[in-house]
Amino acid sequence: MMTFAGFKDSFLWYSFKRDKIAIISLLVLVLLVMVAVFAPLVAPYDPYDPEMIDIMNSEIPPVWEDGGEKAFVLGTDSQGRDMLSTMIYGMRVSLIIGFGAVALQAILGVFIGLFAGYHGGFLDSFFMRAADVQLSFSYLMVAIFMSAILQAIVGVARFGEIAVPFLILVIGFSQWPQYARTVRASVLAERNKEYVEAARVAGFPSAQIIIKQIFPNTLSPILVLSTIQVANAVMSEAALSFLGLGMPIDRPSLGSLINSGFEFIFSGAWWITALPGLLLVILVLSINMLGDFLRDVFNPKLYKG
Amino acid sequence: MIAFMIRRITQALIVIIIISIIGFAIKQSVGDPLRELMGISVSMEEREEFREKLGLNDPWYVQYGRFLGNAVKGDLGTSMFYKRPATEVILEKAPATLELVFVSSLIIIFLSVPLGIFSAIKPNSLLSRLLMGGSIVGVSIPVFLTAIMMVYVFSIKLGWLPSYGRGEVVMIGGWGTGLLTVDGWKHIIMPSIALSSIMLPLFIRLIRSEMMEVLESEYIKYAWAKGINKKRVWFVHAFKNTLLPVITVGGVQLGVTIAFTILTETVFQWQGLGFMFMEAVERSDAPLLVAYLMFVGIVMVGVNTIVDMIYGLVNPTVRIAGVK
Repeated sequence: MMTFAGFKDSFLWYSFKRDKIAIISLLVLVLLVMVAVFAPLVAPYDPYDPEMIDIMNSEIPPVWEDGGEKAFVLGTDSQGRDMLSTMIYGMRVSLIIGFGAVALQAILGVFIGLFAGYHGGFLDSFFMRAADVQLSFSYLMVAIFMSAILQAIVGVARFGEIAVPFLILVIGFSQWPQYARTVRASVLAERNKEYVEAARVAGFPSAQIIIKQIFPNTLSPILVLSTIQVANAVMSEAALSFLGLGMPIDRPSLGSLINSGFEFIFSGAWWITALPGLLLVILVLSINMLGDFLRDVFNPKLYKG
Repeated sequence: MIAFMIRRITQALIVIIIISIIGFAIKQSVGDPLRELMGISVSMEEREEFREKLGLNDPWYVQYGRFLGNAVKGDLGTSMFYKRPATEVILEKAPATLELVFVSSLIIIFLSVPLGIFSAIKPNSLLSRLLMGGSIVGVSIPVFLTAIMMVYVFSIKLGWLPSYGRGEVVMIGGWGTGLLTVDGWKHIIMPSIALSSIMLPLFIRLIRSEMMEVLESEYIKYAWAKGINKKRVWFVHAFKNTLLPVITVGGVQLGVTIAFTILTETVFQWQGLGFMFMEAVERSDAPLLVAYLMFVGIVMVGVNTIVDMIYGLVNPTVRIAGVK
């Protein structure tokens, strides 16, 4: 295992210290995640508490605009909820779904990739065909179809209650092929190397060889992929919620906030849509920048752009 | 080659059958056709009789066989909302989506090719750096957000462009086109830009990285050594060989495009397939939903199979992959 001292001498840390964009992205991301984790302490109001909401306060613009009020720094939405608090809680929901979905797809994909790649044969071709087919449909489309169908089956009201675990499942299941393919490719490269041969000759069971010997050597592509996938999952969640197939409006994510604000931009209340949109872009951008940095570090062959 | 084609077509057929099973399962589990067909005053006996007549009491495989048989004939059921065959509704809405996809592919092709080539040839110039920085920002902005911002700026603040609908549509045979009127073009500008906004950065990056790889290869070095004109090396020798991977990725991106037409059409209330699909979801219009699913599935499988076969023709190594 890599120790802290080992990490300080590593190429990863060396390049990180020299990359301003990566440092800024990581700082922004850590800040956003901390805010989301400690949302109840950070947010000035609790958007889930109907006691705190007064419909008379609806559509107040941010402080720097005419008619803004000090009590609501970023204004309020159409239901009179404080934008800042609602956005913080919304980001929390988005991140829970994003990380949850990535955890699920990573477990599924890594498991399938490792075993299919190591054993080959029928299972391998079956899963890889399935991955090909699913990828050719694009994960977003698969996710949209799955939620649309489920919503049609269980009905909108019931759907709202199970939205979080359901979105994690949908996004997780629609993106496992990415992991399975990446992991399988590295397993294929590793499986005929001497150390694996040695382990095989020493008589270790194959499950142990796969998990203890091969798996650690597939970690760096997994790390790169995971960053990009978190960004993808957050974006997918936003897209689904924007279509009304995701989080309900009383427990909004960033996507459903953007959706609920959309009709109000025609009356000039741009902040209900634009501010959560901006937060979403900052969040996704910082993750993508980090992903780009990691890809460059772990893949020095690629030209840096 | 023939073996490759047969394998590819078999695979496509299997996928289509799986899609049809999924479609059938959805049809079975969403809504009760009897409730949609008859009022509350119909007695239980009559209901049961009607159920028998419609074949709803048959075992599922008989019903599935009937569903498949009808689907092959082009009958995908009747939309509950439109009270018309679902195939008819889909064919009526398809031109709108196709035109949108067509215009945005034009935007993508005419922008990504020159920009991608430029940033590969001159990787250190200011424009290339801006493009690379801009492209990562571009992929981080969701399509619907781009669309909403455009509506806010160009429709609400400036009032230059209409914010929803297709505008004036001219009928040519069964094809309603908006591309023949000025009004139609005004309406298509923003949706097509929004739709292309997510793909454009991807394609610029792809063309750039492929081109840079090709420019490093031996035969290009040889071309330089021969003293061939710069432009000829870039645009004829190098660019030709970047096209192949770009075309393959382009084929795969079709599914992504369809997903994003749903988002774009929702924002602009563009009367195409994506908008129809979202309406069908809201109305729980199961037959239309299933018909759309089957339609999109078959189109995608068809396109992917054709792209694969063209690729197999051009690049023989693909044919061998997957042979056991």
